[in-house]
Amino acid sequence: MHPILYDWRCAQFALAAALTITQTDHALAHGFAGDRFFPATILTDDPFVADEISLPTFTLDPTASDGSREFGLGADLSQLITPNWDFTIGSQWQHIRSPGLPTVTGWGGLTTGTQYQLFINAPHEAMALAALDVTWANTGNPAVGAPDFTTLSPTFDFGKGFGDLPDSLPWLRPFALTGNLSLNFPTKTQSMGAQIPNSLFYGFAIQYSIPYLQGEVRDIGLGPPFNRMIPLVEFALTSPFNRGYSGTTTGTVQPGFIWAGQYFQVGAEMIIPTNSLSGHGIGGVVQLHFYLDDLFPRSIGRPISEWW
Amino acid sequence: MRKILVVLVAGAVAIAATPSARAHAFLDHASPGVGSTVPTAPEAVTMWFTQQLEPAFTTATVTDASGNTVDTGPAQIDPKDPTELRVALKKLSPGTYTVSWHALSVDTHTTTGHFTFEVKP
Repeated sequence: MHPILYDWRCAQFALAAALTITQTDHALAHGFAGDRFFPATILTDDPFVADEISLPTFTLDPTASDGSREFGLGADLSQLITPNWDFTIGSQWQHIRSPGLPTVTGWGGLTTGTQYQLFINAPHEAMALAALDVTWANTGNPAVGAPDFTTLSPTFDFGKGFGDLPDSLPWLRPFALTGNLSLNFPTKTQSMGAQIPNSLFYGFAIQYSIPYLQGEVRDIGLGPPFNRMIPLVEFALTSPFNRGYSGTTTGTVQPGFIWAGQYFQVGAEMIIPTNSLSGHGIGGVVQLHFYLDDLFPRSIGRPISEWW
Repeated sequence: MRKILVVLVAGAVAIAATPSARAHAFLDHASPGVGSTVPTAPEAVTMWFTQQLEPAFTTATVTDASGNTVDTGPAQIDPKDPTELRVALKKLSPGTYTVSWHALSVDTHTTTGHFTFEVKP
């Protein structure tokens, strides 16, 4: 073979290999850490950056402590900028009925965020990210609680699968834990005559993956749809810590399940208030969530840095 | 309310109706089964995935309890059924064996997995 032709073929091969490697790296998306797949949880922020969209999320909250009942219809988008960095945007349309008052409807505040993947440890099925979320002032209807102040929320999210437990504990290996911790800093100390406190938000999700059980530990013969189910319990608590609100922690516990398919997942959870300040009775939430990297692997399912 | 619901549902349906999507290849089932005990030594491990596999970058190895390789060569994708991956085995003695696989689906999404099976004494 002529040396120039040989060099050209080598260059073609190297280019093809480089493209393949680049694509392969990028395709490690939406919640994989080694053998573990973390689904997108409804209440707890996910510990991974991704190209995903939740559309829609139906929420019927428990009756609030003031007797009002709220129904929400939300959408959230997460788009990768680079393989390790994404931005998020979301909002919720709300419908609130209060005893003796007219029903009010409208959009809550617009929330945006940016997230950076700190690490993914495949052997230990661990991952974490740092984020900054912002709920923007005057981007919704004040009648449904949309704020007239901006809130900044630095956040840390983590996930850990228990697949590295010893062989003597096989049935515990499908468990995984995800969690998040954030501080909320409103840019106003007062709004509409009320003090606005800083607060700590913390939440976590305990999940048991049937796909992991049947693919890594023991195939117990569960077929569709149960072979893609991930039962879980989520917890989320908000604790204000200044301006007279100390000791007024509110939160919810949300048992439910996620069914994770090839291109989308469906999640359904009960919403149970943790105390009387958080409300009473039981609510519920249902979410349809799409994996954009699987649906559109050659366009918006890729990081923006790879669009051109 | 109705308009918002229609817009959100229409958006969801439009995304769901995407025609040419492919996705991550998950292990659907295997023979010998994941975590199973078999009475006689199998000649091969066969795995079925939820997506078609890319031959060039899909691998599987089988090792014994000491970490020695007991497969006879590279895993092969069935040309008639590209979701099926087969790796032939040496003659196995009783013991526990670990299967490690790395799958690249045809749209370059990668997944990995490990499982064990036992050959009865």
